Amino acid sequence: MQPLLQVQNIRKTYGARIGCTDVSFDLYPGEVMGIVGESGSGKSTLLSCLAGHAQPDTGAVIFDGRDTVTMAEPERRMLARTDWAYVHQNPRDGLRMGVSAGGNVGERLMAVGARNYGTIRDTATDWLGRVEINADRIDDRPSQFSGGMQQRLQIARNLVTGPRLVFMDEPTGGLDVSVQARLLDLLRGLVRRMGLSAIIVTHDLAVVRLLADRLMVMKGGHVVEQGLTDQVLDDPQHAYTQLLVSSVLQV
Amino acid sequence: MIDVQNVTKTFTLHNQGGTVIPVMQGASLSVAAGECVGLVGQSGAGKSTLMRMIWGNYLAASGSIMVAGVDVAKAAPREIIALRRSTMGYVSQFLRVVPRVPTIDVVAEPLDTPDAHEQAGALLTRLRIPERLWGLSPTTFSGGEQQRVNIARGFIAPRPVLLLDEPTASLDAANRETVIALIEEAKAAGSAIIGIFHDEGARDRVCDRVIDVTRFA
Repeated sequence: MQPLLQVQNIRKTYGARIGCTDVSFDLYPGEVMGIVGESGSGKSTLLSCLAGHAQPDTGAVIFDGRDTVTMAEPERRMLARTDWAYVHQNPRDGLRMGVSAGGNVGERLMAVGARNYGTIRDTATDWLGRVEINADRIDDRPSQFSGGMQQRLQIARNLVTGPRLVFMDEPTGGLDVSVQARLLDLLRGLVRRMGLSAIIVTHDLAVVRLLADRLMVMKGGHVVEQGLTDQVLDDPQHAYTQLLVSSVLQV
Repeated sequence: MIDVQNVTKTFTLHNQGGTVIPVMQGASLSVAAGECVGLVGQSGAGKSTLMRMIWGNYLAASGSIMVAGVDVAKAAPREIIALRRSTMGYVSQFLRVVPRVPTIDVVAEPLDTPDAHEQAGALLTRLRIPERLWGLSPTTFSGGEQQRVNIARGFIAPRPVLLLDEPTASLDAANRETVIALIEEAKAAGSAIIGIFHDEGARDRVCDRVIDVTRFA
């Protein structure tokens, strides 16, 4: 099997400061990788470089055989609308707040060429249902939704075009614990059923344990440890990972 | 089916003065299809550690752990995940699930067939979990009920390799009999089984032989 994404020696600096450096890994179809680390560890910088939101200083991000770092901007934008999806921590960054819920989902479909109003609306309704938003809210704007609903809407908007790779930045970040569990269950089901590959950045170890097959631990811009998620969490080898795992408060 | 050769394991506690705890060296064992091997030794001897290394949950420092042709000690995460999805099952002592997922879905998950829910229901019935609980999350269940949900989840899909950590602990006599029957059925179907049983009666009934892990200390 060919890797879907090959990340080779990614380095990004901000002046003299290191954002992230020496990051390499292969992601295979259907694999979900978690990236954990404290604030400032470089995990969000890395995600931005991978998703094409930031230009790395060196390195390659090869998707399906093409280097997305050197490809032309229009080509990368096309990728972002079709094979890729990006779920922001704050749903406001990933949604159009002035457009209805149905419009938010439909817009992404239209961006890939859907034109029939009836089909678009039916698909949007179907997706609202999949993310547990009642069909009678289809004409409401996201600003009338709760935080958890907004996040689910953002997920529907992102997944409606059937992407192959989803980037997620703290997808359960600002949510209540009760809403988090529901969202996690939903995400897990969608990822499994659609056979998606995903890269999830979070600082929540419980989230990666439930969602990610494999885990990468970052500190100071470097990858300090990576492996099978439960192995890294239950038998951490690096001093920093040991500290991270032993610092989690027990409920 | 399972062939462990010369496995060494140490824990290094970097944040506690770099203390190195050697827990195992030269661990070797092999289990054939249709055979059940019991691990014995007092608490702390390394029974669970050895089992977790076979599951891929703990990293072996050296040696090889062949399970159905894959060396778990060196395999990439995706190879271990593939092994766990289709070949190797593990019944741990603790149930770990996504909150709010109904029991019936938790049990049916490993089985990828259209009748997965029916089979899950049949197994839950066999393990005496009343039907009115099937739609609820097992996180709210009693210890013994959670244990039985865990067992149902572990036995629902036929697995050529099964790892059982105290499967009969905290069960009443009737449920214990059911679990022993499940283990015997898995053996008859050709599963290679490694088990930890403090329940000596159960161990004597299902294990073809036992291995004392204290000799790997």
